[in-house]
Parts: sequence; C-alpha cells; structure tokens
Amino acid sequence: MNLAEFPMLTILTLVPLLSGIVLIGFDSEQKKLARGLAFTASVIALALGVLTWLNFDPSSPDIQFEQRHSWIPTLGIEYFVGIDGLGLLLVLLTAIVMPMAILASWKIEERVPLYFSLVLFLEAGLIGTFTALNFFHWFIFWELSLIPAFFLIKFWGGADRSFAATQFFVYTMVGSVTMLLGFLALYYATGTFDFLELAEAAGDGGLATKLAAKISWPGLSAEGLSLLVFAAIFLGFAVKVPLIPFHIWLPTAYVEAPTPTTMLLTGLMSKMGVYGFLRVLLPLFPEEMRAVLNPLLWLAVITIIFSACAAFAQKDLKRILAYSSINHLGYCLLGVFAAATLTGIDGNWATEKAAALNGVVLQMFNHGLTASALFAFVGFLEQRSGGARSLDDFGGLRKAAPVFCGLMGIVLFASLGLPGLNGFVGEFLIFKGAFSLATWATGLSTLGLLVTAIFLLTLLQKVFNGPLNQKWSAIPDLSWGERVVVVPAVGLMFVLGIYPQLAIGPINATVQRMVEQLKF
Amino acid sequence: MLPWAIYISFAGVAVLMLLPNGNARAARIIALLTAVLGLVCGLGGALQIKTGATVASLCKLAWIPALGIEYHLAADGISLTLVTLTGIAAVAGILFSWNVEHRAKEFFAFYLALIGGVYGVFLSFDLFLLFVFYELAIIPKYFLIAIWGSTNREYGAMKLALYSFIGSAMVLIGLVAAFVVAGGKTMNLLELANYSFPAAFQYWAFPLVFVGFAILAGLWPFHTWAPTGHVAAPTAASMLLAGVVMKLGAYGALRVAMTLFPLGLKAWQLPFGLLAVIGIVYGAMVALVQNDFKFVIGYSSVSHMGFVLLGLMTINEIGLSGAVLQMFSHGIIAGLLFGVVGRMVYDRTHTRELAALQTMNLSKTMPYAAATFLIGGVASMGLPGFSGFVAELQVLIGAWHAFPIFGILAGLGIVVGVAYMLRTLQKSFFADHVPRTNPTNSAGEQITVPERLGAALLMGTTLVIGLYPRLLLDLIVPSLQSPLFDGLRKGAGL
Repeated sequence: MNLAEFPMLTILTLVPLLSGIVLIGFDSEQKKLARGLAFTASVIALALGVLTWLNFDPSSPDIQFEQRHSWIPTLGIEYFVGIDGLGLLLVLLTAIVMPMAILASWKIEERVPLYFSLVLFLEAGLIGTFTALNFFHWFIFWELSLIPAFFLIKFWGGADRSFAATQFFVYTMVGSVTMLLGFLALYYATGTFDFLELAEAAGDGGLATKLAAKISWPGLSAEGLSLLVFAAIFLGFAVKVPLIPFHIWLPTAYVEAPTPTTMLLTGLMSKMGVYGFLRVLLPLFPEEMRAVLNPLLWLAVITIIFSACAAFAQKDLKRILAYSSINHLGYCLLGVFAAATLTGIDGNWATEKAAALNGVVLQMFNHGLTASALFAFVGFLEQRSGGARSLDDFGGLRKAAPVFCGLMGIVLFASLGLPGLNGFVGEFLIFKGAFSLATWATGLSTLGLLVTAIFLLTLLQKVFNGPLNQKWSAIPDLSWGERVVVVPAVGLMFVLGIYPQLAIGPINATVQRMVEQLKF
Repeated sequence: MLPWAIYISFAGVAVLMLLPNGNARAARIIALLTAVLGLVCGLGGALQIKTGATVASLCKLAWIPALGIEYHLAADGISLTLVTLTGIAAVAGILFSWNVEHRAKEFFAFYLALIGGVYGVFLSFDLFLLFVFYELAIIPKYFLIAIWGSTNREYGAMKLALYSFIGSAMVLIGLVAAFVVAGGKTMNLLELANYSFPAAFQYWAFPLVFVGFAILAGLWPFHTWAPTGHVAAPTAASMLLAGVVMKLGAYGALRVAMTLFPLGLKAWQLPFGLLAVIGIVYGAMVALVQNDFKFVIGYSSVSHMGFVLLGLMTINEIGLSGAVLQMFSHGIIAGLLFGVVGRMVYDRTHTRELAALQTMNLSKTMPYAAATFLIGGVASMGLPGFSGFVAELQVLIGAWHAFPIFGILAGLGIVVGVAYMLRTLQKSFFADHVPRTNPTNSAGEQITVPERLGAALLMGTTLVIGLYPRLLLDLIVPSLQSPLFDGLRKGAGL
C-alpha cells in the first residue's frame, strides 16, 4: 500500500478537529450521541495512527509522510508536516491515550458535548504539535492545545478550579511569549521558520554568529545574545514539562482538573515540552546547552529528587502522582542534557548518547501510557469513594476489589520501573547512557529512584493492603466498562516491557541521526 | 470602482437626510445597504486593481491650480487594506446598532458621513484633499458621542474633539511648511515624498506632523482621549473609533509624516519607539486594573495601537507590513470586543461594572455572547490562528532589527495583555461561585440576528486573516516597494 502521497498527518489532525467543531453545535442533552461521536473520532484517529505506524519505514532517519505547501510566501512560511521516529511515537501515544481518556470521561454529565469537543480540540492540538515542522503552524497547535485544557480545568474541575486554570494558563503563556520572542530572533537571523532548516543553520557553525550578525545589542556579546535566545525558548519548554522551579502550576492544575483531563495533561501535554527539547533545543542550541550544562544538569537532578520527596510527603493520591510525573519527566531531561555533553566524535560516546536519547523517547512513551493509566485508576477510585482520595482514607481494598488492585498494582510497578514492564527499559537506557556522560548527576539521580520506590510502595501499602477499612467493604470491583479503559494499556505495558524493540525500532534511526548532528 | 465607496457613503447621508423623521427601520436599512455597497466597492477595488509595487491613480482633477492642489485619488496595497477594513467595520457597526431608535436617521447619517470621510482619507494622494477628509471625519465623531453616548458623554466628546483639533493643527502647520519649503507648487503626496527636504527642517517638521497624526492613533502620553472617548461613545461609534478612526492617525503618520520626512524619522526613531513601547505596556497594565468592562477594551486599544506605532518605528519592511496588518487586525478585533461589551452585554444588563456582571452568570444566559467574547478575547491576546498574531509577530521581528530591548518589553506587554483579558473573561462571563438563586435577571431579549451576523463577520475575518494572512500581505508587502517609499528607503534605510 502506497501512502506516500496520501496526506495522512493532515487528516489525522483534521479528524478530531472537525469532530470537535461538529460537537460544539450539539444540544447539551444529546449526551449519548456526543460520547459516541467523540469515541468514534478518537478511534478513527487511533486507526489512522496505527496505519501510519505500519507504513513507517523504521530504517530511515528521514522525515516521512512529508507534505509541503506554500502558505505565506512573504514571510517564507510553508505548511510543512512530517514525522520521524520521535514524531511517530508521540502521535501514536496521543492516539492511544485519547480513547482511554474519552472512555474514562463517560460518567461526566455536565455540558457533555462541550466537554468532548474540547477534548477533541486538545487531541488536534497535540497531533498538530507533534507533526508540524514549521514554527508558524506548530505554534498555532501548541497554543490551540492550551485553550481546551484551560476550559476543561475551569468548567469541570474541583473546588479550586478557577485558580488552578488561571495559574496554568498564565504560566504557560509566559513561557509561550518568551519562546515566541526567541523564535522571532532566530527567524530574523536566519530567514526561516522551518525546524529542519534552522537545525541545519545551527549545524553550519552555530546560530550565535548569525544572530550577532543581524541583531545589534550594545553591550551584549554574541555568546550572550545566543544564550538569551536559548533561554527564552528554553523557558517555554521548561514550563510545559515542567522542570523545577517552573513547576508551580502543575500540582494544582493536576489536582483540580477532572481526572480524565489530568490523564491528558500528564500523559500527553507534558510530552510537548520534552518533544520541544528534542526537536528544537538539542538540534538548535547544542553549544548554548553545553555552555550552561552544569546548571542544566543541576536543574534535572533537583527536579528528580525534589519531586520524588514532594510526592513522598503528600497524602492526596492525585498530588502524589502529579509529583511523580515531574519526577519521571526529570529523567527525560537528564538524558537530554547528558546527551549535550561535550565528548568529541568518538564511537563509544556516540553509543552512549544514542542510548540516553533512545531512553528519553521511550520514557516519554512509557510515562504517557503509565501515568494516564494511573490517573484513570484514581478516577475510578474517586467515583467509588465519592471524591475521597487521601492515602489515609483507604486500606485493605485488595480484599474487596481484587481485580482493581491487581491491575493498578501492575501499573504502579510499571511506573516504579520493574523489569519486565515498560518503564524499566526507558529508565535503564537513560541511566546507562547518562552515567558515563554525566556521572555525578546520574549518580545523584538514582536517589530519586529510591524515593520513588518508597512512595509508590507506600501508596500500594496504604491503599490496597492492611486491614480492610470497613467503610469500603462493599466497594465494587472494576466494572467491564472500566476494564476496557485500562486493560489494553496494561497489556501494552507488558508487551513493551518484554519486547521494547517494538518502540525502539522506529526511533533508533532517528536518534542515531540526532547524535550525528550533534557533531561533538 | 474604488472612489465610489466614498461617494456612496455621502449619497447615503443625503438619502437619510431626506427621510421623514421617526422611521428608524428605513434609516437602518438604508444605512446597511450603503455600508454594504461601500464594502463591495472596496473589495471589488481590492480585487480589480493590481497595485503591486505601484500606486494606482484612480482620479486626478485640477482643483486649485494656482496652489497646485488637485482632487487626486489613488490607492496602493496599504490603502486597499484599510479601505477593506473600513467597509467591514462599517457593516458590522450598523448591524450592532440595529436597536438605535433615538433619532435613528441622524445617527446613521453622521455614521455614514464618518465612514465617507475615512474612505476619503485612505484614498487621497493629495495632502490638501487628505486633510479635508481628515477634518470631515472629526465632526460626525463629536456628534455621535455627544448625542448618542452614555457615561460622561459631553466630556468624552469634547476631549476627543479637542485632541483631534490640536493634532490637526499640528499637522496643518507641518504640511503648509512642507508645501512652502518644497516650492509651493504641489500638494501631491508622491512628488513631495520624493522631494528632499533640508535635514534641519525635517528634524522639527517630522515630530510635529507625526505627533499630530499619532495623537489619533493613541500615542502615549497623548492617548487619554481614547479610553474616555471609547467609553462615552455609543456601541457603533466606539467600534468605529477604535476600529477605524485610530487607524486614520496611524495611516497619516506612515503615509505623510514618515514618507515626507525620512531624515526626521531616523533622528526621532528611538524616542518614538520608546513612546510606543510605553503605550503597549502602560495600556495593558491600566487595562488590568479597570472595573468598567468598556474601559478594559478602551485601554487595550491603546496597548494594541502601540504595536502599530512600534512597527512603524522599526523602519524595516517586515515591521512596517506588520504595523499595517496590525491596523487591520486591531480594527476587526476591537470592533468585535466593543460590539459584545456595548451591544450584547450593556444594552441588556445596563451595567458595565465587572463586579456586577460577575454575579449574573452571563455565560449561561448569553452563551453566544460568551463565545463571541471568548474568541475576540483570545484573538486580542494574540493567540496564533488569529490575525493579531501574524501582525504582532511581524512587528516583533522588526523590533529585533531595530531595538531588541523594546521588542522584549513589548513581549512583556503581551503577557500583561493575556492577564487582563483572562481577568476580564473570568469576571464578565465565566465567573465562579455564582449565586444560583439569582434568576436570569439580565437575560432580556435573546441575541438578535443582526448581532450574530455582525459578530460572525468580524470573527470570520480575524480567523481567515490569521490563518491565511497572504490575502492582505500580498497587497501590503509589494506596496512598500512603490515609488512612494523611495524617499524612506534612501533617507531612513527602509
């Protein structure tokens, strides 16, 4: 089957976008139809995603399913979409998590069509972000995903939802504006918004000289200027991941958001940030990253350790998992920063860097899957407990709801990085690669692993084990509908844990190319 | 075809005057027809005339030969863009004033006279003629506010008129001086733009003429007429005031002050760039603390017009075309926001206090208005996908060229812009903790069809231009290559 000419990625973006627009016109009483349509749209997107994956040539590091159309010639802006292994994996992740989240939202009763149309807009924004290769429309999708997320929190969230939504919005917007300014400087210096051309321009001797040649800033050296532009773009991505200290918005937003939305925030939206690090910062600013490598590594280490400790100190299940998310994405950034280390062009170092970056991409995928499944479980628990979700509220649930606890236990162990489950491979590769590149930082980060194990096991202990809290003696086990949400994800965790090649296959060529382009 | 936009508008005024008193319905239909015809003429002209890198002469008659004054209408891509804006804003404004009953005939007559004057300014390539149209636009503005306005209308109208007249006086002095210095033979804009005025003359003539025009564009610190004028004006007039009249100032600043006096421009680039940035940040910060819904939008206009002025001061092509696009974009978005605030909300709730609106649960009682304001709001924040983004993007790229620090400060203005718009959205439509017992005291009539049409027209425009800015950029960018800008290219290094 030849899909080379077929505008697959555009259609993949349009399916949720148009379905979302259709849903806005629905009457708020047409709940069943709205749910059905939303689910169908997300399943179609999943099918298209799988079709893309099947037709993707894993041996090629090039951009595939590429499409280019002239758009704004006076600014040299093209509509340019395409995916390499990195894009493919994230598109797939989006397509997989979306139907899960939509099924997990089945019990939402308020303004149902609006809810699902926002979710679908979010999906369109995400897929658009992961496939766009020109800053102009990439940024449209980047921001498009923000608006639905804001309203999902604001309308369907918990008690403090307005504050959470506003804080989330303002933090992200500040990052977006600085990122915009940074990209405009790059555009002014190079005359292009094309990610690949920008990376090429950076490869030919650095953006610093090009920036300094065009922009006159009295009292600022060429290095200073390029560091400033780097910092501006960095902030936009760092807020999104988030990297401590830019994470203040996250716990509140994750906690206040309706749980299915939290699945999307942590499972997918946080990946936008890491994606930016891999797609933009690493190829464009290797020298700038190296210039501030130690501070960056410190940030990653602090993110990993602090968030693990913070998770340990929390009682609210959602808050624990929110900090745990920060922790897991911290490993991704550790891998990215380690790969930026100056090593010279040596075959061994290249292998280590490739291992670290492979691990980063894999970890993104795994965390997306695991974290959304975990939040789905917390959502089910909330529905049973009438909103209670403190560690101390439960106990001994294993006896009353064995299937629930069994499956959630598996997911917890996946999150913890147990070999045989998906989480292990990604973290292992990151640590393997990063250890020789940034030994001290990697060493310190293992502390994070330890604390993670402690708080996840505590969670397991306090909720599932011990004497059964009599309040929950009649707690219903996982229903068939709920099993449909989580069982495929759990299955996938096993598959990826045992056969990680399935995910590494498509990304390895891309990662090798990235390492080559780093040129040091 | 294009000049007919002017004539039709004034013909509409004449027809309205002949109408018997008290027939509001006929008056609005005539006004709407006139405005639509004007828009059609403008769009038709924009499609028909291939301006490219030239100025297309439309009509050139001797008028006062002794002084070299001609009746000279012409257009380039910039005029076409702004003529289109005027047409769209005029139609939308009438749709949003469908409920005007008090002296409707006169209301629409003044309204069309204002529109006619504005069309005239955008198409005049003789400075005398331009000035005549410019003055012609001030008079109806005064009456629209003074008679049909609301809060503090006499004060607002008078302040606006005084500021405008002071600005005009400055412009007039500068133009007469330029006319004399250039030999007193012509008022033709093209010829004057290519006349090399002595540098010493330009140094004082430029700021005089530039500020004279820029007062109307809301240049800080001469902006204070804008918020009070916007708030006092009836809905349609505030839509026009922010949407079109402020553009007159920016247009004059670009078309006259900058092209005539490139050396003066170069010398004054930094100070005026600074004023523009102060306007951006100051306007946004003041908007952040307003309690009156309309004042928020009023100050946001000052902030957004700051981007126009900043774009002009970058003196490079990308910045200038961004400034022109921002004129268009702000005209549409501000029109939309004033339409929602003045017509959809105020006419139904009779309050503009955010604190009072907060208790009314408006997103439930007026979902259409809420959705419209949301779209206008995110467009105003400069979210990509809407016209404001492309414009601000170009201005900021230009700023990296001219003064990076000002660009960064303008970025701060955008952040504050997000904050005030978010605050206003939350307070006006999407407030929390609404007392459920409060019945829909404010529902009043449903959002009417004309309002929906007007809002849809403006929302559609900002979205189409945001996603496909080529439609306008292909007009604007080539026209910066026209002979009109030769002087600017030589003198100020455009």
